[in-house]
Amino acid sequence: MQGIANSVLEGLRLVATLDLRLWEIVALSLEVSLSAVAAATLLGLPLGAAIAVGRMPGRRAVIVALNALMGLPPVVVGLAVYLLLSRAGPLGEFGLLFTPPGMVIAQTVLILPIVAALCRQSVEDAWREYEEQLRSLGVQGLRAALTLVWDIRFSLVTAVLAGLGRACAEVGAVIIVGGNIDGVTRVMTTTIALETSKGDLPLALGLGTVLIAIVFALNATAEVIRGAAQRRYG
Amino acid sequence: MILPLRLEAVAFAAGGREIIPPLSLEVGAGASTIILGANGAGKSVLMRLMHGLLAPTAGRVAWQDADPKRVRRQQAMVFQRPVMLRRSAFANVVYALEAAGVRAGERRARALDALREVGLLGLAERPARVLSGGEQQRLALARAWALHPEVLFLDEPTASLDPSATREIEAVIRAFDASGTKIVMATHNLGQARRLGDEVLYLHQGRLVERAPVERFFKEPSSAEAAAFIKGELPWV
Amino acid sequence: MGLKRFAFALLMLLTFDLGAQERFITVSSTTSTEQSGLFKYLLPLFTAKTGIQVRVVAVGTGQALDIGRRGDADVVFVHAKPLEEKFLAEGQGVKRFDVMYNDFVLIGPKSDPAKVGGTKDIVAAFQNVKAAQAPFVSRGDKSGTHFAELELWKAAGIDIAKDKGSWYRDTGQGMGPALNSAAAMNAYILSDRGTWLSFKNRADLVISVEGDRRLFNQYGVMLVNPEKHPNVKKEMGQAFVDWVISPEGQKAIAGYKINGEQLFFPNAR
Repeated sequence: MQGIANSVLEGLRLVATLDLRLWEIVALSLEVSLSAVAAATLLGLPLGAAIAVGRMPGRRAVIVALNALMGLPPVVVGLAVYLLLSRAGPLGEFGLLFTPPGMVIAQTVLILPIVAALCRQSVEDAWREYEEQLRSLGVQGLRAALTLVWDIRFSLVTAVLAGLGRACAEVGAVIIVGGNIDGVTRVMTTTIALETSKGDLPLALGLGTVLIAIVFALNATAEVIRGAAQRRYG
Repeated sequence: MILPLRLEAVAFAAGGREIIPPLSLEVGAGASTIILGANGAGKSVLMRLMHGLLAPTAGRVAWQDADPKRVRRQQAMVFQRPVMLRRSAFANVVYALEAAGVRAGERRARALDALREVGLLGLAERPARVLSGGEQQRLALARAWALHPEVLFLDEPTASLDPSATREIEAVIRAFDASGTKIVMATHNLGQARRLGDEVLYLHQGRLVERAPVERFFKEPSSAEAAAFIKGELPWV
Repeated sequence: MGLKRFAFALLMLLTFDLGAQERFITVSSTTSTEQSGLFKYLLPLFTAKTGIQVRVVAVGTGQALDIGRRGDADVVFVHAKPLEEKFLAEGQGVKRFDVMYNDFVLIGPKSDPAKVGGTKDIVAAFQNVKAAQAPFVSRGDKSGTHFAELELWKAAGIDIAKDKGSWYRDTGQGMGPALNSAAAMNAYILSDRGTWLSFKNRADLVISVEGDRRLFNQYGVMLVNPEKHPNVKKEMGQAFVDWVISPEGQKAIAGYKINGEQLFFPNAR
């Protein structure tokens, strides 16, 4: 226990004395993950809500599939996206492999099911309350879905944060699709993996602590905003 | 005009149980119609069948107008518990107008007019969900008022409210009636039925057992079930 | 088609303004080479001279060559001559040049259960490790180091696939993680000198055997064939290949030291 604590402190000291490179890595990590969360939210909230209020055949199968996809292993997503974006693959002409946009795509694929599935559950619960009134007003389908998403937006923050947490935490997808290129596609998690594999554990621990601190800060900020907005709008 | 409404051998079954056996009736314009019955008699189901929230398992619900959009827009319904969006009172009314296809330029004026009619103008900017039960129900009526519907369905609108809030709601219902809106209201409050209704449809175990003008119904009910109900002796179904 | 290009440009613009304008090449190489720190030292020299940024994707040898086969890299820079020649024979590379060599060392526990410490014969050492059934960690990941290890077992007359016992730990990991495992298990492991010199988590491990010629690890560089992969940046890629085998590049390679020790020995012809 003492050894771990010492390593963490040593790591934080190393991190504090580290150069510009570290902050570039942190900035890139946030850019990639936040972009992926934005994309997954834009796509996932309407998708989850539409499934919640929809009445299509095979709906329950879709729900099961969506829930199952929440558990997609990041390395599998990374491999699939790698094969898609490779020059030898169907989307190769765009040259997205080993680039940050490629990493954003991979993370979006990874967290889209999480955002959509959690949204689906929340909207479905709300639909039970709102359904009769909305249908009485002639509102249904996609319009009802979007109305509900906006109305329960405060509880959907949790779904979005779940996606953010997964994106910030994962290594498998970004390392395969990004290539962990020094100065170009190296992010916090891949750096931690690299430093660990080099045996530089204190530095890895220091970076890990910084990563956790950042994720905590993001969550705390989201909670403050959510609480203030909820008080204002009821 | 979407009235009169004709129910042709409309039946409704759920969970293996027949809740409404085949029922035929015609609801015309003018008289305020009260649907009376004990709890579980099928009042709410009947209202939802008429309003189109439930599809009958047999028979046909036929309005005078064939256009489904017009049919939808000429009706409004107020439920026992009002459901408001997380927005201001004003925004909730505007939402209904928007859904009904009212032009953007007209929405603001109509919403304010409706809020004024129910006495909520001062609370227009308040988040709807922080209003009291009575205020929210008045807001639900304002939302319906703004739509100027031909028919207003009310499903036990004051069952959850205290007497003073109930009085306020009844005043608004009277205003609707005075403005020409057809009222169809389910209630088990006999005094309210007498105050607001012109005719009574009495349901017993899903069957329409009696239909009569309100005063005759209360003074000389022609069915045994209705008589027992009025005497307050009817057991819970 | 125009719509696709527009969407792509929009994506780049919205997310990152990266790479679209810069002059860069992609080089696929191995984790052990990158972790030795060579690239951090060497590549800025090339960029300063030519203005070409070099992006290194560091993976296992097998994957590095595979990346070349898919046309996802412009240059391949690995250390597994038989595999490189196969790559050439497939028509995937233009020409192979020797660049430099480093060496492998046999790392082992201070307690030296196989009694090989300080000896010079690597093949005999491998035989002794097996005879003593001393714990031995293998990378098992089709890397250059892994192949070198397999060649040594063969040279020792041991069919390792058949004769391995529980003393032989096939981990499927990169050099660093494998060294971590060896440190934890107090086992023998074949490592490249560079990764060992940078490795900080040594526990009770030391160099047991070094200097045998059979431990030398030859690096080769190849331009990926632009005829098979039209997207390859052939002028810039060729510029890199040319520089690395030029007297200037070779001198730069020799100049890289860890703790005052030279790691790579240039031998381009």
